[in-house]
Amino acid sequence: MKLLTLNFLTCARRACKSSADAFPLHPRDVELEIVEAEPNPSFLSNILPRLEWPALVTLCAELGLPGLPGEAPEVAELTAGEDGKGGKLAEDLHRLLLETTVKEGALVCGSCGHEYRVKEGIANFLLPSHLV
Amino acid sequence: MLPTPSTSHASFDNVYEPAEDSFLLLDTLSASSETNFLRERFGQPSSATEGTVDSPQGAPLIVEVGAGSGVVLAFVNAHADVLFGHRHILTLGTDINSFACRATRTTAEKASAEAPDGHGNFLDAVNMDLTAAIRPGTVDVLVFNPPYVPTAELPNLSQHLQYNTYNPVTGNSFEQDSHLLALSYAGGVEGMETTNRLIEQLPEVLHPERGVAYLLLCAQNKPEKVKEHIRGLGAGWLVETVGSSGKQGGWEKLQILRIWRAGSPRAL
Ligand SMILES: [Zn+2]
Repeated sequence: MKLLTLNFLTCARRACKSSADAFPLHPRDVELEIVEAEPNPSFLSNILPRLEWPALVTLCAELGLPGLPGEAPEVAELTAGEDGKGGKLAEDLHRLLLETTVKEGALVCGSCGHEYRVKEGIANFLLPSHLV
Repeated sequence: MLPTPSTSHASFDNVYEPAEDSFLLLDTLSASSETNFLRERFGQPSSATEGTVDSPQGAPLIVEVGAGSGVVLAFVNAHADVLFGHRHILTLGTDINSFACRATRTTAEKASAEAPDGHGNFLDAVNMDLTAAIRPGTVDVLVFNPPYVPTAELPNLSQHLQYNTYNPVTGNSFEQDSHLLALSYAGGVEGMETTNRLIEQLPEVLHPERGVAYLLLCAQNKPEKVKEHIRGLGAGWLVETVGSSGKQGGWEKLQILRIWRAGSPRAL
């Protein structure tokens, strides 16, 4: 699963919906895999307004990936330069959001501690309470 | 006619095979009345060449709940340029059946590869109950082809975790596949037990201004009663039938509701 997907996911427990600690989910013992994707600076600039930037910074730190700036960049920075490709920041974000995937491991809720498994790139958010 | 995504890789022993209801969703979402609505609401992406942003809201997130084979989500993603007027959309599938999640991922990736100049950005298929793990307020367009067949009871979920897992030694048992398939069609009382739960989730999961949902119903679901339920979610909820097929004794056999809130930012 792509790291960008984590921007839209939270703990599946109802009680955690209102808790600020339930987002972002925290990766545990994950195996990452890079899946190359075609760079598209214009697309990146449209994703930027959707990102919870502080959560992304946290995620990067927890995965031991190269740090992001503490403040979200301006959209113009992602399409800057003579070639309109935005340089290193755009490259880094492309790699992080669209090419870095969680292949195996777990995602942990910071509020209730529940651990969700990821297998072969598919995260499982089924809870025992859904299943009775 | 836009091409229908291939689902030939899916096992229809445990994943719902695309049928009349799936195709009605494809036809409805690509009809000019709906593409006009979607383009009006989610059009005008930022342009790389000008380096300006016309759309501070950013790329819309499209979520198909219970995506099954993934044929509908793959279609929306592959033909983003036609449906939304631009390619800057994000698409995500959910399903309670992990085999369906796998099928959806493959269907979406194959359909994208066959539409190199028009597809959006498929994110993932995630194994969950309805929208359980979706962050509140993030969904711009939700699509649901529910288990709508009236049945005496819903599938028993007590063994779901075992049935949801592939057994590489024995393969899937008949009971396992029957259970997984039943989840795609068995709707309980009036065929509405699962759909009613989804309707109750709409106010929370949809984006508070832009959010719109497309919901398929069959005649036995009592569509007029369902519309009343939706209008009763609160002030400003709107619902309209935007697609239908298969007249039976004067009644539409299947229909698609568009559900949204008054006061869309662009319509005003
Ligand atoms: Zn939690």
